Amino acid sequence: MNTSIKKLPAKPVDYKKRIKYSVLTILTIALIIWSCTGIDFGGIKATAGQIAGAIFAGIFHPDWSYVYNGSGEDLVSELWQTICIAFLGTFISAIISLPFAFWAAHTKHKHWYVSRSGKIVLAVIRSFPEIVLALMFIKAVGPGSAAGVLALGFHSVGMLAKLFSEEIENLDDGPNEAVAAAGGSKFNITMFATLPDLLPALISNTLYRFDVSIRSASVLGLVGAGGIGYPLIIALQYRQWNRVGIILLGIIVMVVVIDWISGAIRKKLI
Amino acid sequence: MTDSEQNLAVLPKKKLHVMNLIWLLVFIVGLVISTNETHTNLSALFANFDQFGDIFVQMLHPDWSYLGSVIPLLLETIKMAVLGTIIGSVLAFVYSLLIARNIVKNKIVTSVLRFIMNIIRTIPDLLLGAIFVAIVGIGPVAGILALSIFTFGVVVKLFYEAIETIDPGPIEALTAVGANKLQIIMFAVLPQVMTYFISYCLYAFEINVRASTVLGYIGAGGIGLYLQQTLQVFDYGKTGTIIIVIILVVVLIDYVSSKSREALMD
Repeated sequence: MNTSIKKLPAKPVDYKKRIKYSVLTILTIALIIWSCTGIDFGGIKATAGQIAGAIFAGIFHPDWSYVYNGSGEDLVSELWQTICIAFLGTFISAIISLPFAFWAAHTKHKHWYVSRSGKIVLAVIRSFPEIVLALMFIKAVGPGSAAGVLALGFHSVGMLAKLFSEEIENLDDGPNEAVAAAGGSKFNITMFATLPDLLPALISNTLYRFDVSIRSASVLGLVGAGGIGYPLIIALQYRQWNRVGIILLGIIVMVVVIDWISGAIRKKLI
Repeated sequence: MTDSEQNLAVLPKKKLHVMNLIWLLVFIVGLVISTNETHTNLSALFANFDQFGDIFVQMLHPDWSYLGSVIPLLLETIKMAVLGTIIGSVLAFVYSLLIARNIVKNKIVTSVLRFIMNIIRTIPDLLLGAIFVAIVGIGPVAGILALSIFTFGVVVKLFYEAIETIDPGPIEALTAVGANKLQIIMFAVLPQVMTYFISYCLYAFEINVRASTVLGYIGAGGIGLYLQQTLQVFDYGKTGTIIIVIILVVVLIDYVSSKSREALMD
């Protein structure tokens, strides 16, 4: 009997790859072990399970009386305010983003350092924490939703302008050349070739950012910048778990509905 | 002028889309309503702009002597991000295998599990942080738990979609030779999706580093704690130090992780 058929040929061994992978694995494990050191896991409160249970009970027995009571401080009004903060904040950032996007798009400049510097500025704006911006604006315009709007408006520029500039870079040159060939000025080129080409992508990205802003707007209230976050943190502090439950439910429903609507619109756009 | 020359001279008329007008109208109404609702008043901003600018100027004069006390909390922040990412990713790994329709054929199970995942995905990280602070108390454990749940939501969504788009050939081949579910996953599914999984974990890690820097503000551990303390006592020089350190770390980690993601995908 010929046994050579039953035996598979030995797998070729790539030592270089093997060493690379083992080093990476060891590094990763070392990183994880280092992370576990110095973190006090023993400090979990004895009541943790009880409170978690209470929050869950609260979510399943929400405080329905809070949904709407006409006082302007109920769930519906606060959610509405959150949506308004996100809407206005996104609008402001979309406008500020446009010039930044042209700055950071490398196809629009002859010198590499122009677009590179634009990209760095956007990266810095992106990493500036939103909460700190909100607190700074609270100092400037007082606590309330206006501070939230401004914080969102400035923070979103970092991400939105990056997305916009990528769209500009991906743009087809044809229409620009056509307008230039017909004798259009630089302004004409931007107005009649670049912007109309760009518009669907701009709207789509702005809608996507609106989704993200809704989540941020529901968080900024934790530091007093308006929206649903404020009643939530109060309810958490006073241990009103029914109310925590209904607010969480409200946030989830709001985010899901808005995601769904903007997803439908985006699908139509593209 | 001949007929065709006349046609050339006149550009085709642009069609007026009624829907576009309606959208514009809806948009303007939305703008007016939200401006009223949020009482946003740009003149108020400009009236107090010197104060705003003042904070900024103070932040631009960072207090470097504060750096020594910032570093330990910064390390704690990174540790939180690492642990949150690991725990969340491991959970996401198992969960994704359970909701991928080409592995689990039972539609009811996958639909229910997907519904749960979608709900978890909607909760922002800071809200999770606030809730976990209420449950386990102030400290990094609350932050790690919040980041774990948050990572879970991010990675599951990306990973199960990657699993569902794999080549069905190897699965069929293994089924044909009589392999069980575990063997199919081990030898047909995982080799095709492992690089995607690691890439998504790195991506989640980037997000988590950003998120963990502010979690401390609500008491969930890390450098955010100092953010809150220095802002409360109006010590903007120290706030500036913290923010510069945060930005440096975030940019550095973003760079390293996006480079390793690129290397992974080749």
